[in-house]
Amino acid sequence: MTERIVPGANIDGFAIGERVHSGAMGDLYRVTHPEHAQPLVMKAPRFRTGDSIENLLGFETESVILPQLSGPHVPRLIAAGDLTRTPYLVLELIAGENLETRMRRGQLPAPEVAGIGASIADALHGIHGQGVIHLDLKPDNIMDRPDGSVTLIDFGLAHHARFPDLLAEEKRYAAGSAPYVSPEQVEGTRHDPRSDLFALGVVLYEMATAELPFGIPTTMAGLRDRLWVDPKPPRARVPAIPPWLQEIILRCLEINVDARYQTAAHVAFDLRHPDQVALTSRAQKSQQAGVFAQVGRWWRARERDPGRGARVAPALSATPVIVVAIDTVHPDDERHAAIRRATEQVLSVSAEFRLVCVSVLGVFGKSADAAPANADSDLHLEHLVRLRHWADPLKLPTHRLSLHVLESLSPSAALLEFARRNHADLIVLGAPGAAQRGMAWWRSVASTVAAHAPCSVHLVRVPERRTPGPTDDAFISLDDLPQ
Amino acid sequence: MILALLSDIHGNLEALNACLKHARNAGAKRFAFLGDLVGYGADPAAVVEIMMHQAAEGAIVLRGNHDDAVANPASYMNDSAKDAIDWARQALSEKERVFLARLPLIAKEDSAFFVHASANAPERWNYVDSPAAARTCAEASGCPYTFCGHVHHQMLYFQRREGAMSAFRPVPGSAIPMRGHRRWVAVVGSVGQPRDRTPAAAYALFDLSRGEITFHRVPYDQLAAAQKIRAAGLPASLARRVELGI
Repeated sequence: MTERIVPGANIDGFAIGERVHSGAMGDLYRVTHPEHAQPLVMKAPRFRTGDSIENLLGFETESVILPQLSGPHVPRLIAAGDLTRTPYLVLELIAGENLETRMRRGQLPAPEVAGIGASIADALHGIHGQGVIHLDLKPDNIMDRPDGSVTLIDFGLAHHARFPDLLAEEKRYAAGSAPYVSPEQVEGTRHDPRSDLFALGVVLYEMATAELPFGIPTTMAGLRDRLWVDPKPPRARVPAIPPWLQEIILRCLEINVDARYQTAAHVAFDLRHPDQVALTSRAQKSQQAGVFAQVGRWWRARERDPGRGARVAPALSATPVIVVAIDTVHPDDERHAAIRRATEQVLSVSAEFRLVCVSVLGVFGKSADAAPANADSDLHLEHLVRLRHWADPLKLPTHRLSLHVLESLSPSAALLEFARRNHADLIVLGAPGAAQRGMAWWRSVASTVAAHAPCSVHLVRVPERRTPGPTDDAFISLDDLPQ
Repeated sequence: MILALLSDIHGNLEALNACLKHARNAGAKRFAFLGDLVGYGADPAAVVEIMMHQAAEGAIVLRGNHDDAVANPASYMNDSAKDAIDWARQALSEKERVFLARLPLIAKEDSAFFVHASANAPERWNYVDSPAAARTCAEASGCPYTFCGHVHHQMLYFQRREGAMSAFRPVPGSAIPMRGHRRWVAVVGSVGQPRDRTPAAAYALFDLSRGEITFHRVPYDQLAAAQKIRAAGLPASLARRVELGI
């Protein structure tokens, strides 16, 4: 250590300003740099005499992982100081409010819990997709941006799938924050993204009830309660909480990772579509598990060999959100059966999918923001019924299926926006077939969606029944289609 | 500066050329060959010719146990390995045999230590195949970075607190930051005879300025290399190993 980080100092070109936060591990200062216009903060570890650089593991971890992450859900790393000389991290200053500050004002209504929760799930999906698990999710580390999105901060305990885990065998650092840490983290597991979903469940619980589901354990024995004690159901604390929200929260808080949501995208989906949440006994629970059930879990937890018991988290590619576009305006469309067959093939290779069936009604000659009249809601229901009819032969459990009728002036734009918002991994839709010659708008949907989709697109075509002649225009390259 | 680390070429000219081309395309400016240039494969002379050329251009070229066995027949080798060395001995010219015999066992540059087997008693050809062996190796080298081969699998060992090491199986093509304040032992895998059921050649690139290592797997025409082994009359098991990466 040759330089001290104090207000007024200049370190590697960064002028240190006021201290804006003082945490357990270090301090946060405002800094400026002539080459960086945006507001910046410098994170500096609290350094005590006698500490070795090995105590800077969290710093090293964060400085290694942050540069690998991109997207709006993580702060951008501007610079990192030499760990052996002056350890620091310079990050972009996140405008907005820390969720902890917001929650201090009391419990939040369900729609707000769902909105913030979905944004947190978006952020988790964003980092999980890049091979990173946060492992210290808590309101303190969640920044609410003014635009409603969420940025996760403090990656000091994070795990990166393609890097050596510096913290894996450092027992002192293994667990996250006591109120939020997942049961498997208590046992030392650091490679399961579903641990973040457990912490998200605690945050949702806290937002909805203003209480912590497991309190604040202060001993290792108290922390190990996480392996068998289930929380008091949120509705037992706040009866106004709707059953769908309790269902989502308690599913996130399942002790067994396999019983939880398997990906953050699925949590975000349910939080955004409360009417599509499949309610189980979790939704109606009014008290904690009885003594016998807890003793049973306690016994199993004692027996369990961490690392061997639980199934490995499924790869994100094995937990897809699959959006299927069905043209319910033409219920006799010959492509419907072909799309169902294609969908069955896709579903047969993924155990943890979510199938989302969408029908987009073109609203021509009508103002898009006009309030829907009764006639419109009848129409909406009619198409929902047709969608359900299409999906029925697939015989899917309700928690794997959801049905949506969208209305839009631009069906392709509506489909694309829907796919993007819901983290779709695949869009299945009909290609313009020979019989669709009169339906120019649908043709353009296939080509526009294929060109602009945020994911893979499966175009389903009904095989030709006759051999087209040389002048037949049945062969149309997607590239030739109008937008 | 990007340094290419290649080990256990084992007379496999096809694999070596594929890795050299891959490394040059990736911007490698320097090369380190960590021994076992010959043995098992059908092109010992052609490989040694390339090594002589590389050494003249400043590359690090080390001696492995198979190279050593050309001059000093080794009692510990199994029959097929011994057959291949006997064959290589007569396939090499006097000049090539002398080149092999005079290769150093270790090299040290700044913060990096290079060796075929372990930095701990290099002439004993100890395998770095466990965190404990990696720790012994790292302590003997005394450098933050130790690069070795001999074990035909890619593995990265890193130091935890109190000196103990942990093993990490690298993901090919993914750059891994290696901060120099802790010790690292990188086992770069085998160019000419991978044994993890993946026939693609294995090597690694170390970016000195960024402090990052990237392990690579390079597909090459392993069927041609295996065919040459059969044509040379070498044990068929050696051809199968190259074909299947076993």
